[in-house]
Amino acid sequence: MSHGAPKKRGTFGLVAEFSSAEALLEAAEQAGSAGYRETDAYTPFPVHGLSDAMRFHDIRMPWLIFTGGLVGAFTGFTLQWYTATIDYPLSVGGKPFNSLPSFFPVTFECTILFAALTAFICTFALNGLPKPYHPVFNTPGFQRATVDRFFFAIEKSDPMYDSEATRKFLEGLGAIAVSEVEN
Amino acid sequence: MALTPLNDSMITGSQDYASIDNSISSMIIDQKRHTRPWFIMFTFGVMGTGLLGAAITWLLYQGVGIWGNNIPTAWAFDIVNFVWWIGIGHAGTLISAILLLLRQPWRNSINRFSEAMTIFAVMCAGMFPLLHTGRPWVAIYWLFPYPNIMGLWPQFRSPLMWDVFAVSTYFSVSLMFWFIGLVPDFATLRDQSKNKFARVLLAIACLGWRGSQRHWHRYEQAYLILAGLSTPLVLSVHSIVSFDFASSVVPGWNVTVFPPYFVAGAVFAGFAMVLTFAIPIRKLYKLEDLITMRHIDWMAKITLATGLIVAYGYTLELFYAWYSGNPNEWDMTLLRRLSGPYAWAYAALIICNIVAPQAFWFPSLRRNLTVVMIVCQFVSVGMWLERFVIIPMSLTANYLPSANRMYYPTFWDFGMFAGTIGFFIALMFLFIRFMPVINIFEVKDLLYKLLGHRDSQIALKPVEVETVGGAH
Repeated sequence: MSHGAPKKRGTFGLVAEFSSAEALLEAAEQAGSAGYRETDAYTPFPVHGLSDAMRFHDIRMPWLIFTGGLVGAFTGFTLQWYTATIDYPLSVGGKPFNSLPSFFPVTFECTILFAALTAFICTFALNGLPKPYHPVFNTPGFQRATVDRFFFAIEKSDPMYDSEATRKFLEGLGAIAVSEVEN
Repeated sequence: MALTPLNDSMITGSQDYASIDNSISSMIIDQKRHTRPWFIMFTFGVMGTGLLGAAITWLLYQGVGIWGNNIPTAWAFDIVNFVWWIGIGHAGTLISAILLLLRQPWRNSINRFSEAMTIFAVMCAGMFPLLHTGRPWVAIYWLFPYPNIMGLWPQFRSPLMWDVFAVSTYFSVSLMFWFIGLVPDFATLRDQSKNKFARVLLAIACLGWRGSQRHWHRYEQAYLILAGLSTPLVLSVHSIVSFDFASSVVPGWNVTVFPPYFVAGAVFAGFAMVLTFAIPIRKLYKLEDLITMRHIDWMAKITLATGLIVAYGYTLELFYAWYSGNPNEWDMTLLRRLSGPYAWAYAALIICNIVAPQAFWFPSLRRNLTVVMIVCQFVSVGMWLERFVIIPMSLTANYLPSANRMYYPTFWDFGMFAGTIGFFIALMFLFIRFMPVINIFEVKDLLYKLLGHRDSQIALKPVEVETVGGAH
C-alpha cells in the first residue's frame, strides 16, 4: 500500500472544463479523432453517446450478471432438490419427492437475487469503487463536476501527451479552462 | 430555441442544471427548510412507532392470543396488513423499473421517493407474518434453509415458503437498486455541502464517486439490467403472495384470476400512496417545477387504469363462483358478500375501489389536487378492505356450518396496524430530511433530453419554460 508514504508528485494530465454536455461530446469526438486514447470524461449525469465518442466499450457487466443468474438458478434448484429428495425425503400428499413445478418459484427468486447481487457488486468492483482519492479531484473547480460542469481529461500516460501541444488542442475545443493536474 | 418537448411540462419554471440541483439538494443542505409541518408529521410518526413498539412487546410477552385471530380465522389482520403493505411497495418498483424499460422519462422525477416508499412498505409488511409466528426467533428454522441441529429443512412445496423467498429477494433487490441510484446524488451533495461533518459522511456514502464516463457506462448497464430483473420480480412477488390463497381449497380464495388481479391491485394502491405523499411534499418544499401537474395527471391515469383491472377481477371472481358450480364458492363469494355479516365491508370496498376512481376520467378532476387526494384515500381504504373481504371473511364460513365463527379484531390488531403506519410516516419524513427526495442526476438527464441534447443554450442563461395551461 502506497498510502501514507510521501509520494513523488508527478503530473496526472490536463483537464479541460466545459460548460455543456454538447461541448464535451464535441471535444471527446475531436480528441478521439486526433488519436488520444488515455482520456476520461467527468460528467454530472450519464451523457448519451459519450461512450461512442470516446470509443469505450465494455460488455463484461452483462455477461457477469448473466453468469450470476445461472449460478442463482442452479443454487436455488439444487437446494430444494437436495433437501427434498436426498437429505430429508418426506411424502406430502403423495407428491413426488422431486416436485418440479413447486420448485420453480424459489428457483426463480434465487436467479433474480444472485443476478442482482452480481450487478450490485460488479458496478462497484469493475469501477474500482470505493476509491476515496483520485488525482482528478485536484482539478480547480472540480466540485462542479457533479453539478453543472463537464470535464475532459487527457492523461499523461497517453503516448501523444505533450503539455504544450495538448493544452493548445484542448483550448481549441472551446474549454472554459484547462489546467494541468498533479497526482 | 428547441423548446417544444419541454412544453410537455415534465419540468417547468426557469431551469438550468444548477437550479435543479439547488431545489433538491437544499432540502438536505439547508436544514432550515424543514419547518413546523415536518415536525408535526415526524412527531406523529414517532408516536405511531411507539405504539408499534408497545404492540410488539405485548405480543411477544403474551402471544398471538392478544389478537382477534381464532379457529377457523387463523389468518386475519396480520395477513391483511402484510398484503396491503407489500402492495403499496409495488408502485415504487413499477415506477423505477417498468417505466424505465418502457422509456417513460417522466418517471425520473418521482422514482426516488417511490423507491423509498417501497423499501419502507416492505419493512412494515415483513413484520406481520414474522410476528404472526408468535415466536419469530423459534420460527427461523422453517423459514430459512440452514443446516440446523434437528436436521430439518423448510417445506419448499408450500406457497408460504415461496413467499419468504419472494419477499426477502424483493427487499434486497429494491434496496440495492435504491442505493445504486443514490451514489451519484450523494456525490453531488458532497460537493455542495458546506458542513465538514456532512461532507465526510457523504464522501463515504458516495464511495468516492467522480462521475467518470467509464463508471457511468457500467453504471447504466447495471441499472438497466437491474430494472430488467426487477420487472419480473415485482410481478412474481404479488403473484406468489396471491398463491398463498389461490392454491388453497378455501371458498373465496381458490380463484385462478388472483395473480394478475393482485398485481394490478398492488399497483393501484401503490400509486394512490405515491400521490398521497407527492402532493403535500411538492407543495411543502416547492417542488412544483419538478413534480408537475403532468406527473399527477399521469399517475391518476395509471390509478384509474389499474382500478379498472381490479374491477374486472371482482367481476371474474363472481363469475367463477357461479361457473365453478361449487355451492360453497357461490355461498361465500356472492351470497355472504352481498348479504352476510360482513356485507358492509364488501359494499364499502366497491364504493372505494370501483366508484371513487371513476372521477379520474375527467381531466378537470385529475387536475384538482383536493379531489386527487380524496380519491387516493378512498383507494387506500378500499384496497385494505379488499384484503379484509378476501382473507379473514372467507375463513369465517367453511364447508361445514358447524365450523363457522365470526371474527372480531381487538385493540392490539388495530394498534399494530396503526403502529406500522406511524413507523412508515416516521421513516418517510426522515428520508425527506436527510436524503435527496428526487433523483438529482436523472432529472438533469431529463432536462438534457428535453432540450434535444442541445444544452449549450442553458450554459448562457436558464431556459424559461412556457407552461401550457396546466396539464393537457
